[in-house]
Amino acid sequence: MILETIRLAVQAIFRNTMRSTLTVLGIVIGVAAVIAMVTVGEGSSRQVTSDVEKLGTNILMVMPGGGGQQGPGSRTVAKAFTLKDVDAIIEQIGIVETAAPYGQSSTMAIYGAQSARTTVVGTDNRYLAAIDWPIVMGRAFLASEEQSGRSVCILGETLRQNLFGNTNPIGETIRLNALTCEVVGLLEAKGASSFGMDQDDVLALPIKTFMRRVTGSDDISMIYVSVRDGQSTTRAKVEIEALMRERRRIGEGEDDDFSIMDMKQIASMLSGITNVLTGLLSAVAAVSLLVGGIGIMNIMLVSVTERTREIGIRLAVGAQASQVLMQFLVEAIVLSMIGGLIGIVLGLGLAALASNLLAIPFQPNPLVVAGAFLFSFVVGIIFGYFPARRAAKLDPIEALRHQ
Amino acid sequence: MAAAIPLIEFRDVSKIYGHGEAEVRALDGASFKIAEGDFVAIMGPSGSGKSTAMNLIGCLDSPTSGEYLFSGVPVASLDRDQLALLRRNYFGFVFQGYNLLPRTSALDNVELPLVYKGVGRAERRQLALEALAKVGLKGREHHDPSELSGGQQQRVAIARALVGSPELILADEPTGNLDTRMSREIMEVLRDLNEKDGMTIVMVTHEEDMAEYAHRLIWMVDGKVERDGKPRHGGSGR
Repeated sequence: MILETIRLAVQAIFRNTMRSTLTVLGIVIGVAAVIAMVTVGEGSSRQVTSDVEKLGTNILMVMPGGGGQQGPGSRTVAKAFTLKDVDAIIEQIGIVETAAPYGQSSTMAIYGAQSARTTVVGTDNRYLAAIDWPIVMGRAFLASEEQSGRSVCILGETLRQNLFGNTNPIGETIRLNALTCEVVGLLEAKGASSFGMDQDDVLALPIKTFMRRVTGSDDISMIYVSVRDGQSTTRAKVEIEALMRERRRIGEGEDDDFSIMDMKQIASMLSGITNVLTGLLSAVAAVSLLVGGIGIMNIMLVSVTERTREIGIRLAVGAQASQVLMQFLVEAIVLSMIGGLIGIVLGLGLAALASNLLAIPFQPNPLVVAGAFLFSFVVGIIFGYFPARRAAKLDPIEALRHQ
Repeated sequence: MAAAIPLIEFRDVSKIYGHGEAEVRALDGASFKIAEGDFVAIMGPSGSGKSTAMNLIGCLDSPTSGEYLFSGVPVASLDRDQLALLRRNYFGFVFQGYNLLPRTSALDNVELPLVYKGVGRAERRQLALEALAKVGLKGREHHDPSELSGGQQQRVAIARALVGSPELILADEPTGNLDTRMSREIMEVLRDLNEKDGMTIVMVTHEEDMAEYAHRLIWMVDGKVERDGKPRHGGSGR
């Protein structure tokens, strides 16, 4: 009898192709929209989070200047940091893992007939370690090179491509204005950052070489500080601030003439933004699910009205109400299932396509897939079943007279 | 024979639609008996309650008061599922408006009662083909109702009514929508079912010509049986 019921239901589905197609379509649209939107939303949120994580969440950046609190022209140009400040941070603040000087400048790099404008960074090995940037070819700076300020450099992948193509750059010599430096290492490709700049278009020099040969001063424009694992960056920030105020002789009541940026703050701000975006997308998706649900409801209600006579006929030839209901239930289940499955396939397909185009990870959330499917399924069944139940409760003659 | 329990017995049956001012007494204390094997025509002016009587006999509707005994069993004592079983196993319906399932072949329509009877597929097909042949629709088995004429549709409906070999065929104005030639064909099919297969037939009609095919005529006025006897020309066609 179960098989017979399923056969009856399938027969009824194919008997009214139009109605069935519309029902399925309602479910497909609802399910597909939710899955596509939430998957894309979660993918982009994940992308942003991983971008921030690449920068390191235990990193503080100490810069001269009052940052945001400073109005234009309110203060004379803030004093730059020196290598002594870097050493002081490392020596006096226990929860700091390491600190590294950082300076940057834009320069033309020339190799043979190739030239490319790039970002020259003056720093040392501690910086590469702090932001966890491995060297894939060649080596890092030697201590002696850092001490004496030798003309050696480490390339980023983009600059290597621009100057050397795919050939091995190690041991070659690059010209930067008046400076000639030997390539000793190649950094791992980080990939384009989501903030729109290419982190791999870079050339690193030992800080002393950089100060002497590129900027010509002992000033350091930024200090990278990495805090020990498990230690509070907030605490480190407070301690560094106190230390710097002391070193820079800032009196009580006076504003800082430097600022400390916390990657964690930036990370939480960004993930806050993406969470809002995901929430927004989910809301839009929920609306489309609702619209899909109303569509299903409409078609089911209309079709049951239309089919009340059919129910009457079936009752008249001897069907029990439960048999008719079972048929309608199976019909609703089959339609909802077909719609739900097509919706999942379509939704995941759209999400995969969009993820590919937006270059974000494609990570479908099984919970969302299941949830969307279940919702449409339940809507399909409720609105297929309950109106039919009402009809099946009528006296057969009333159902038959129904126009 | 006289002591036998009648197939159908109405005792003072009333059916009232609506309430208060809008109350309509479709049936007002009707009493009659119908014996097994009979061919009864119910006639009367419109609004006389003949269709209501028919629907009550077929358990498509329930009486407001009075008692309806089917084979001596009070129908009021049966629940909805038992009534469905009664319709399934004892009744075959032929409606004025055919009431075939749309977009469904003649064959599938005729098979429908057997589906609910739990008859296997092959046997169902066989019985449905036989029933369609009996009403002269051989070769039309796979046509949809929309591809058939009114007479053909009514014959499909008759095939559906008789396919389960019911005790009783209830025909509500079976020729109401048909021309005279088709009406006669339908009536001949019904008469054959009564004479050759021994099925009891109760038919509502407003055409005296059609009532002539019956053995007995119940004339109803205002929800009551006014006359009960032989058709004017003695019945069984002419």
